[in-house]
Amino acid sequence: MNFTLTEERQMLQDGLRRYLRDTVTPDLLEDATESASGHSETLWQGLAEMGVIGALFSEEDGGFGGAGFDIALTFEEMGRAGAFEPLLETGILAGGLIAALGSDEQKARIEAIIGGDILTYAHAEPGSRYDLSRVTTRAAKSGEGWTLTGLKSVVPHAPAATHAVVSARTSGAVADRDGLSLFLVPLDVTGLSARDYTVNGGGRAAELSLVDVDLPADALIGPEGGAFDAIETAHARATCAVCAEALGLMESIRALTTEYLQTRKQFGQPIGKFQALQHRMADVLIEIEQARSAVINLAGHLEADRTIRERHVSAAKNLIGRVGKLVVEESIQMHGGIGMTREYALAHLAKRLMMIDHRFGDADYHLERFIRLAAA
Amino acid sequence: MDLNYTDEQKAFRDDVRAFLEAKLPKRLSDKVAGGKRLTKADYEEWHAILNEKGWLGVTWPKEHGGTGWDAVERHIFEEETTAAHAPRIVPFGLNMLGPVLMKFGSDAQKAHYLPRILNGDDWWCQGYSEPGAGSDLASVKTTAVRDGDHYIVNGQKTWTTLGQHANMIFCLVRTSKEGKRQEGISFLLIDMDIPGVEVRPIVLLDGEAEVNEVWFNDVKVPVENLVGEENKGWTYAKYLLTHERTNIAGVGFANAGLAALKRIAGLENDGDRKLIDNPFFAAKIAQVEIDLMAMATTNLRTIAAAAAGQAPGAESSMLKVKGTLIRQEINALTRQAAGPYAMPFVSEALDEGSNEGPVGPDYAMPATQAYFNNRKLSIYGGSNEVQRQIVSKMILEL
Repeated sequence: MNFTLTEERQMLQDGLRRYLRDTVTPDLLEDATESASGHSETLWQGLAEMGVIGALFSEEDGGFGGAGFDIALTFEEMGRAGAFEPLLETGILAGGLIAALGSDEQKARIEAIIGGDILTYAHAEPGSRYDLSRVTTRAAKSGEGWTLTGLKSVVPHAPAATHAVVSARTSGAVADRDGLSLFLVPLDVTGLSARDYTVNGGGRAAELSLVDVDLPADALIGPEGGAFDAIETAHARATCAVCAEALGLMESIRALTTEYLQTRKQFGQPIGKFQALQHRMADVLIEIEQARSAVINLAGHLEADRTIRERHVSAAKNLIGRVGKLVVEESIQMHGGIGMTREYALAHLAKRLMMIDHRFGDADYHLERFIRLAAA
Repeated sequence: MDLNYTDEQKAFRDDVRAFLEAKLPKRLSDKVAGGKRLTKADYEEWHAILNEKGWLGVTWPKEHGGTGWDAVERHIFEEETTAAHAPRIVPFGLNMLGPVLMKFGSDAQKAHYLPRILNGDDWWCQGYSEPGAGSDLASVKTTAVRDGDHYIVNGQKTWTTLGQHANMIFCLVRTSKEGKRQEGISFLLIDMDIPGVEVRPIVLLDGEAEVNEVWFNDVKVPVENLVGEENKGWTYAKYLLTHERTNIAGVGFANAGLAALKRIAGLENDGDRKLIDNPFFAAKIAQVEIDLMAMATTNLRTIAAAAAGQAPGAESSMLKVKGTLIRQEINALTRQAAGPYAMPFVSEALDEGSNEGPVGPDYAMPATQAYFNNRKLSIYGGSNEVQRQIVSKMILEL
C-alpha cells in the first residue's frame, strides 16, 4: 500500500501548481471569459509547453502519462487555481477518443494536440440530459462520405476549438447503445452553425446546429455504429478529471474560508472562535477528505474492468456532487455577505464547483446508476 | 382547533384573487414568473396599481392610508400575490420606515413622509449594515456630529438593497461614544441628493448589482431629520427589525417555487421518463413539500397568535431559519432539475424585450441565478447563525 505519487508525477504536480499559482490571476480569468475564444491563449500555451497536455496521453500515443493518477493530479491543480482551459475537451474527450479509436492517420493529429491544438467534443443534445446513449443526431452515408444532421448542446470551448469530435447515430433507435459513431468535424464546415455564450464558472460554450454537413469518409473515427464503449470509457476518464478538479476547488475554498474564520471579527472576536462555526468547518474538512479518497478510488480503478470502473465512476461523482454542494453552501454562508460578491475570489471557485454537478451526471443520476450497476 | 379560514377570510381571499386577475399586468407577472430583471419602473407601476386600490400600505393602519388588515389578511394577501407572480412590494419605505415613523416620528415627519411613501414620491433604502459589521448592528461606526442646525455625517453603509433606485436613506448613525455601544446610536433620515452621498454598486456572484455601498463624506443633514430622540436609535432600529421580520417565513415564495420546480421536473427528460417520475428526484421534491406543509402551519400558528394580539418574539427567528432553508432547498432542486442547461449564462436574456433568447429551456438560466442569489436568504436580515443564537437564548434560555 502506498498513497504517494511517483517521483515524476510529484514533479509534474509541483511544477504545475507553481506555474498556475504564478500565472492564474483574477484578471486573467476575467479576460479569458470575456475574450471571443473564452480561454487564455497565454495559459494554454504555457500548459502545452510544460507538457501538461502530453501527461494525459500514454507513451504509445506519444504522451508520457495517460493513467488515472496523471489525470487526477493535473485536474486537481487546475481546480485549485480555478482555471478553465480546454484541457478536458482536448486531452481527455476529443483527443482521448482519437487515441482510443483513431486510424494511424487520425492519430497523427495527437502530436499537434499535445503541442496545443484545441479540440472539443460534442455529444450531449437538448433533452438527452445525462443519458450517454441518447443521440438523435444522424449520420447517413452519402457517396463516399457522410452527411450529419442534428443539434448538440452546451459544447464547452467550441469558440476556441478548430475541430469537434461529434457523436451521431448511424443506426438503431434513439437510446440504443449500438449504432453510435464518432466523426471529426471541422467547426468551419458548411452547414454547421454555432451560437456561443459564456458559462457559469468561467469560459464559453456553444450550441451547435448541423444541417446536412458533408464529411469525407475518413472523418469517421473508429468502427461504424460501435463507438459506445469508447464513449463510456472517455466519460469515465472525464469524470475522474472533473472530480479531481472539484477536489482542487474545494481545497482552495477551504483555505479561503479558514483564513476568513481566523481574521473576520464579529461580536468582539474572530468568528472562528464560535464553536458553532468550528464544528461546521470541521465537517467540511472531513467531507473534503472523503472527496479526496473518492478521487483516489476512481483514479486507481480507471483501467479496471468495466463493471468495477463504472461503479467507481458513479460512486465518486455522487460523493463529489454531495460534498461539492456542502462546500459551496457552507463556505458562502460562513463568509456572509462578502461571500456573495463577485469581486471576492470565492464567487468564481464556488460557481465552478457547483457547475461540476451539472456535467457527466449529477449526484442523483449517479446514485441511481450505482444501484443499477451493483444489481447487474 | 380549526385549520380553515373563516367565511369572511375566504371572501377576502376571493376579493384579492379577483383584483389580481383584473389589475396585475400580465407583462409584470410574466417577468416575475420567468425570472427576468425588474426595473425601477416595473416596481413603481405595481406600487401605483396597489396604491390606487388602497392596498399598498399592507401593514399600515387606516388612519395613515393603510389597509388596516390583521395578520391573517396580510398573510392571505401575500399568499395570493406571490402565487400570481406579482412583483414584491419594495419593503424599505412601506414595511420598515413607515411603522417606525408612525410610532416614533414627529407629526411633521409623519405628515411629510408617509404620503410620499404611498404615492411613490420617495424611494427609500436601508442604511443599517456597515463594512465589518454585518449581523452585529450595534457596532455602527458611521458618525453624525451636531453642528448648529445640522448633523455632519461621515462613514459608509453597505449591502444597501436597491439603493441605486433610492433618493432617501434611513440610517443608523453614531451620535455618542459614551456608555454601552447600543446607547450612542441615532436614527437619521438622509436625502441622497445632498452633496457628499455616493452610491457604488456591488456585483454579486450571480452577476447582478442589486446591492450597493453608500458613502457619506461630510454630508450636512438638517436636525429635523432625526427620528425620535438622539441616542435612542437602537430602540427604533429593533422595532423596525420586528417589522422586517414579518413574512420572514416566505411561505408564498416557497409555494410558488415548489410549483415551478414541479412544472420544470415535468418538462425535463430523464432517460425514457420525465424527471418528476425519477424516484430519487421525486423523493427530494416530496421531502421539501412535506417540510413546507408543516412550516406553513407553523407560520399560521404565529400569525394567529399575532392576530390575537401577541407580539412576535423569537418565533420569527425559527421561521426565518426554517423558511430560508426550505426556499434554498427548492432553489437547489430547481437548479439541479435544469441539468446541463444550468450552465449557460446570457445576461441580456434576463432583460425584457432583449434580442438574446435563452439557451435551452427558458427556465434554466433563471434557476441557476436564483440558486446563487438566494444564498443571501440565510445571510441577510440577521444571519441564520444569529437567529439560532436568539432561539437558544430566548426560548431555550441556554
